[in-house]
Amino acid sequence: MMRTITFGEALREALHEEMERDDTVFVMGEDVITHGGPYKVTQGIAERFPGRIFETPIAEAGIVGVGVGAAMAGMHPVVEIMYLDFITCAMDEVVNQAAKMRYMTGGQASVPMVIRLPCGAGRLLAAQHSQIMESWFMHVPGVQVAVPSTPSDGKGLLKTAVRSPDPVLFFEYKRTYTSKGEVPEGEYTIPFGQADIKRDGEDATIVAVGPMVQKSLEAAVLLEDEGYDVEVVDPRTLSPLDTETICESVRRTGRAVVCGEDSSFAGSVSEIAAMIGENCFGDLKAPVVRIGSPHVPMPFSAALVKHVVPEVPNITAAVEQVIS
Amino acid sequence: MSLSAELCRTMYKDMWRIRLFEEEANRQTNLGNVMGALHMYCGEEAVAVGVCSNLRKDDYVLGTHRSHGHCLAKGADSRQMMAELYGKATGTCAGKGGSMHIADFSLNMLGANGIVGAGIAPATGAALASKMRGTDQVAVCFFGDGAAARGTFHEGIGLGSLWKLPVVYVCENNQYQQWVPRMNVAVLDSVSDMAGAYAIPGVSVNGQDPIEVYEVAREAINRARSGGGPTLIEARTYRFYGHSLGDEQQYRTPEEVEAWRTDHDPIKTLRALMADRQWLTDQEDTAIQDEVKDEIANAVKFADESPFPDAAEVTTDVLAPAQEAG
Repeated sequence: MMRTITFGEALREALHEEMERDDTVFVMGEDVITHGGPYKVTQGIAERFPGRIFETPIAEAGIVGVGVGAAMAGMHPVVEIMYLDFITCAMDEVVNQAAKMRYMTGGQASVPMVIRLPCGAGRLLAAQHSQIMESWFMHVPGVQVAVPSTPSDGKGLLKTAVRSPDPVLFFEYKRTYTSKGEVPEGEYTIPFGQADIKRDGEDATIVAVGPMVQKSLEAAVLLEDEGYDVEVVDPRTLSPLDTETICESVRRTGRAVVCGEDSSFAGSVSEIAAMIGENCFGDLKAPVVRIGSPHVPMPFSAALVKHVVPEVPNITAAVEQVIS
Repeated sequence: MSLSAELCRTMYKDMWRIRLFEEEANRQTNLGNVMGALHMYCGEEAVAVGVCSNLRKDDYVLGTHRSHGHCLAKGADSRQMMAELYGKATGTCAGKGGSMHIADFSLNMLGANGIVGAGIAPATGAALASKMRGTDQVAVCFFGDGAAARGTFHEGIGLGSLWKLPVVYVCENNQYQQWVPRMNVAVLDSVSDMAGAYAIPGVSVNGQDPIEVYEVAREAINRARSGGGPTLIEARTYRFYGHSLGDEQQYRTPEEVEAWRTDHDPIKTLRALMADRQWLTDQEDTAIQDEVKDEIANAVKFADESPFPDAAEVTTDVLAPAQEAG
């Protein structure tokens, strides 16, 4: 049975279900009780699970650091950082503490913590509330990076994240919160490192990350009119990355466009493009094309933002380029 | 446990364990057997031992880059620790952590830490776990005076106080922030004065006197365990060696160091107290030191004879095994 709910509602369901399942799961972050979180994902938890949600002062390093310690002591914290940009205030806690603990202790430590990260463009909040840093964390061994694009993926991946014995950076694109989609009733999870082919096609592969999945699907419809049958692959997690599914698709189509909102310079799309080049060179009929944001801070004015975040025409043009 | 001959003997022996373990590690560094940097705790033994003598095995301890003392005082095996310093597979952290990252989760010693002040919030988190589960475990975080300048001090202690968690923050003020006398870069002489900002008790204690540390820590730990919330303890102490081995120590005079070694050695302080109360004969003193010397000799032998980790270990323990397979 399916029903249609928003991405935000799907995440809320995942949290409630996981807190019901395991009483070591708890929530911590700024404004998570009084306001229900900036995007209302934590709404209702205080009433249903009293004593298992902590509203904090504005102290990102403290919040993530407390999460590290609680996790090492056997709890499963789900930490919310109000905007991804603010995780820079807790980089030591993510990079030197959460990520390295298992390794440095020779496997003794486990840090089962989820850090939820509302991110990306969409509300004209400019450079300090809109950045994408997927590749920053792909670069850190010991953490996992999930980037759901639909309500059903959001729910299934968040439930897996909560159950993971290792830290997860869970990217939630702000403009995805209100998007609707079919979500199965009842219990399900989606494993990490398993890409999803969102649309089958034979002429070219678009590997699309986060909100670019929806845009790529729209582009695919337009390209259909031009006679091109395009496949859209959603990696769903960037670390671990399902190289097998991506390569299998690219070998079949012989053409690849990699599309994300992260900067294309040293961004998540760059790693995927390099991986395709390394593994599929002999099957490629054209060079891989990357689409990402230009290497600039996010501007404020909507007139400028539209030149930063990739749009459907950028994707159709890129596909035409690899096919022609 | 109130002060007794037995407790004093245990503390005395533990201080010797730390002193001789480190002096041996120093020697083995010079011989090329111990790898990497070594931050010596010698001189500060009364703090780790005075505090940890009040702890249960299931209480949590988090440390610093200068944590051999905290690990040994919490009960860590000196053989595994020495093997860790040698980079051996049998080390506490299988040769992946080294001196600055020794952890022993079987003792809830959740790790030394190479980043100054980075243990404060995690210790607060361990205390939150204890409170949520309804156990009466206490978390103790050791950190240096340099850490008191970091934001993590403010954020971590702030949260511990806000949620009235069972955590004791122990600042080891050894008066030098790496190569800089602390007061060159700080305005408040007493770190414990900062407790007022978090509405928790703050107390400074002579960190060269194990009994004084023991008693102050006992009160703080009992308060934490019984729901009274955190305490900030400042132990005024002194490191007998430089920041790390090879430090030229241009920031202090040899006379200053010698004066501390002569007049404020915590081992001598406790020995004098015990002798005064007739709790330690010369014979017993020799027996304790011989026992510790044997332990350290065994640790070196164990480390010497242990294998180095296999090359395949480079890629293990990044994530839990199931995900590595996935």
